[in-house]
Amino acid sequence: MRRGSRVARLLLAAAFAAPGAQAQERGIPLDQLKSGSAFLGQDLGALQADEFANPGMLWVERGAKLWREPAGKKSLACASCHKEVNMRWVAARYPRIDSRSGKLLNLEGRINLCRAQRMGAEPLRYESDELLALTAFLARQSRGVLIAVSIEGPPRAHFEAGRASYDLRRGQMNLACSHCHDANWGKRLLSETISQGHPNAYPAYRLEWQTLGSLQRRMRACLSGIRAEMLPYGAQEYLDLELYLAWRAQGLPIETPGVRR
Amino acid sequence: MAARIQIPRQAKRGELVEIRVLIQHPMETGFRHDDVGHLIKRNVINAFSCRYNGVEVFSADLSSGIAANPYLQFYTVAEASGNLEFTWIDDEGVQGSERQPIAVSG
Amino acid sequence: MKRREFLAGLAGTLASPGAALAQADALDPPAWVTYGAPVRKGKVKLELPQLADNGNSVPIRITVDSPMTAADHVKSIHLYSERNPVRNMANFYLGPRAGRAEINSRVRLAGSQRVTAVAQLSDGTFWSDTAPIVVTLSACLDES
Repeated sequence: MRRGSRVARLLLAAAFAAPGAQAQERGIPLDQLKSGSAFLGQDLGALQADEFANPGMLWVERGAKLWREPAGKKSLACASCHKEVNMRWVAARYPRIDSRSGKLLNLEGRINLCRAQRMGAEPLRYESDELLALTAFLARQSRGVLIAVSIEGPPRAHFEAGRASYDLRRGQMNLACSHCHDANWGKRLLSETISQGHPNAYPAYRLEWQTLGSLQRRMRACLSGIRAEMLPYGAQEYLDLELYLAWRAQGLPIETPGVRR
Repeated sequence: MAARIQIPRQAKRGELVEIRVLIQHPMETGFRHDDVGHLIKRNVINAFSCRYNGVEVFSADLSSGIAANPYLQFYTVAEASGNLEFTWIDDEGVQGSERQPIAVSG
Repeated sequence: MKRREFLAGLAGTLASPGAALAQADALDPPAWVTYGAPVRKGKVKLELPQLADNGNSVPIRITVDSPMTAADHVKSIHLYSERNPVRNMANFYLGPRAGRAEINSRVRLAGSQRVTAVAQLSDGTFWSDTAPIVVTLSACLDES
């Protein structure tokens, strides 16, 4: 790990050291954080790093086109209001509260809110090619930017709900996220090594899906794996969890599009 | 069908040109089942061709043994300025194509 | 001496006739590729990782030692699998305009096995290389 990024992370931790935040116990200390990319084998690591051949780039490229395409009743494109260069920090700061509605939004929610309110366009479905392309493109703009979400003030209640969800035992196997990803990361589960469960490379190209998928799709796959009920896409519990996961991954760089098994 | 092509913009006559292709396609094997247990029908890109100024310089028969979102890297020799044209077709008859210009000097 | 060798050979065949047959099957190219012409080892280099991260996408490189001139070049390369449900994985057609007989791609592998590449040269000869690979999570067969 580069010294520069470690220093940056410690500075960020200090910056968020309001009394409330400091009191939060971390399941994994900040200096032990490892991106999912650290758990890839040599070939998949090389594929992820390959600017051309990373399959996720197919969606990033499509997202770049969609960004400039007018849509909806007002015939506006995302690019009509947003310059790409100003989007560099966006993905690393989400999920966040929308000031007008007071709702917690992830990238998908933000895109759909913009489409509804400003473009007069239909919302895009989770896991649709278009929404994946736009979120992949947006997150890609933040490549290398360290995750830093706010949990003080309005997001606080969501953060606490997300934390409670992360620690909740559920499903036939009666497991909480923390059992695998806090207590047993680095250990083997069948032929796989358990990662720390960070969101910093999503949307990611997962070999098992043989396509790009969102963070919520990955969370649903975990729930299915422990034989727990999968809530529908866009459920509030997923959003709260996304905020908690982003806080938990504070200081990790965005690596979208990741390649995962 | 979305695809990415990487070739050098220019080359010297006689120089080796590296061509990289990445095509968005599920390459559905026909061996997977959906969530209610029905077999998902096979649909793969079964033929791919690269033409350089109209002359085929590379082609391939592909099958379900090629990974989803197929990646191909092959070579040709820079001859004359013009276009490299890539075409492919899948089991359902859906065709895809891309074209990239190349400037050859000397 | 001869009779002892003969009996030893016979015993060997009887001990594992299935295995011997399976071995011959797996490594021989399909009949329509070579039409019974002999396939020699050499000239072809098939590169696969020793252990696949995941059978759904395994990087592969096939290189054939050839000057790729009009007089002496690779006409085609055939890739096939020992264990995949579809044995003939791909065929690549080159020619002198290819410049270099090298293909890179990503393949699916259904379990640990040997993969073989057979090249046909312009002089009508066939050459091959085989590479083993360990796959813990199989494509096609391990579904989720």
